[in-house]
Amino acid sequence: MIHQYKIDDLNVVIDVNSGGIHLFDECSYDYVALQNEGKVHEEIVGLLNKQYGDVDFSEVQSEIKQLTDQGMLFTEDNYEHILDGLSDRETVVKALCLHIAHDCNLKCKYCFAEEGEYHGERSMMSLEVGKKAIDFLVANSKNRKNLEIDFFGGEPLMNFEVVKEIVYYAKSIEAKYNKNFRFTITTNGVLLDNDKINFINEYMYNVVLSCDGRREVHDYMRPTANQKGSYDMIMPKFKDIVSKREGSYYIRGTFTHHNLDFAKDVISMADEGFDLISVEPVVAPLSADYAIKPEDINLLLKEYEVLAKEMVKRNITGKGFSFFHFMIDLNGGPCVAKRLTGCGAGTEYLAVAPFGDLYPCHQFVGMEEFKMGTVELGVENTELRSEFKGCNVLAKEECSNCWAKFYCSGGCMANAYNYNGSIQSVYKMGCELEKKRVECAIYLKAKEI
Amino acid sequence: MKHIKTLNNTVLQNTVKHGGCGECQTSCQSACKTSCTVGNQSCENENK
Repeated sequence: MIHQYKIDDLNVVIDVNSGGIHLFDECSYDYVALQNEGKVHEEIVGLLNKQYGDVDFSEVQSEIKQLTDQGMLFTEDNYEHILDGLSDRETVVKALCLHIAHDCNLKCKYCFAEEGEYHGERSMMSLEVGKKAIDFLVANSKNRKNLEIDFFGGEPLMNFEVVKEIVYYAKSIEAKYNKNFRFTITTNGVLLDNDKINFINEYMYNVVLSCDGRREVHDYMRPTANQKGSYDMIMPKFKDIVSKREGSYYIRGTFTHHNLDFAKDVISMADEGFDLISVEPVVAPLSADYAIKPEDINLLLKEYEVLAKEMVKRNITGKGFSFFHFMIDLNGGPCVAKRLTGCGAGTEYLAVAPFGDLYPCHQFVGMEEFKMGTVELGVENTELRSEFKGCNVLAKEECSNCWAKFYCSGGCMANAYNYNGSIQSVYKMGCELEKKRVECAIYLKAKEI
Repeated sequence: MKHIKTLNNTVLQNTVKHGGCGECQTSCQSACKTSCTVGNQSCENENK
């Protein structure tokens, strides 16, 4: 299977099953399209001769054959057998999302955590539960060395003393169990001060700073409890923490139906001096006024392209920045096993609610039917775990003929559940956006080379 | 090649041999939290 698209002055051809990515000139681009339809050389030459009179199409034929022989074009899909081994694989937990605070000091309108409460009551994780979560992770991570702990909320800085103690505890047992903990914290920035900045920059592998971009966009969706904007409160603190930081960070926003021109928000954050940026579509029921609607998709696809072209321009002038969804590693990306099994929710990645309940991921927290167990007793609902384990891109009918299947790996299971009631389904609006993001990511790489 | 330029030199089939070690990040961990993105991750297998 191949996928072809034009963007800017490039003609891109992706060989889906090998991951081979090629730039074709005009005549070879048209040639391969006809070959992909099943036409033979003589037919193709007959169809294209008038348009490309002086081209020697035997050269084109030869180059395509060479790539085909090298397994870089028209490659067969023979990955089904890998799943046999994967379905029998032992379950290893390697990442936990700790819901350290189910409370928040902002009242963001789109919050899937329902202003921090997640279908439940306001609550804070205790140190005791946090330590048990670390012990659970170590005990269930087998021989995996790199383990991830994500402090999430609500707003994690509202329970920061417990965050610190959990970090100290995890660090204290690292050597004994031959583990390397990588901590990430997500914050809205309201409570950031010098002490917290120093701690985060010393211990956190990554920090995610929540900001939606332009001041008016941010303030509309991310007000304080008394309905004032939070942009001016958080922006100086975000600049401060980033200026003092050596490790990774992301300034991360959400776009909604109210800012479909979200490229302007990305650019706004770049202009404020941030160079690691992520802005993502809102997760919301269609009934919400801010939800992305099917009729918004074409605009959003164009907006991704606007952003990609602006990034190319800025790269040339030395003012480049990274956009999370346009990042792609063409030579050292994930292996086939990872691409088939997807995000790892419910198996490798679990979320821990404040009182220690385990869920498949942060988006399922508080949904009783998705409770998997506790940090104390471990995963008890093994049937549910098996359901998540068996949910891979080859198991989804809609994905089997999709060219992007090895980039998105079947998409977000929580999104699929929220929109269709089944983790085995796909969230089609998300598919369209993801495909465009992959195309733009490849375009950006091609322009770098 | 005169008409075609290839951008990458590794093919997915080769990762079948060394893949599946599981040392890479889980997909939602670094920044996204709302939309699964696997293809943009890096392989962390030290033995490939």
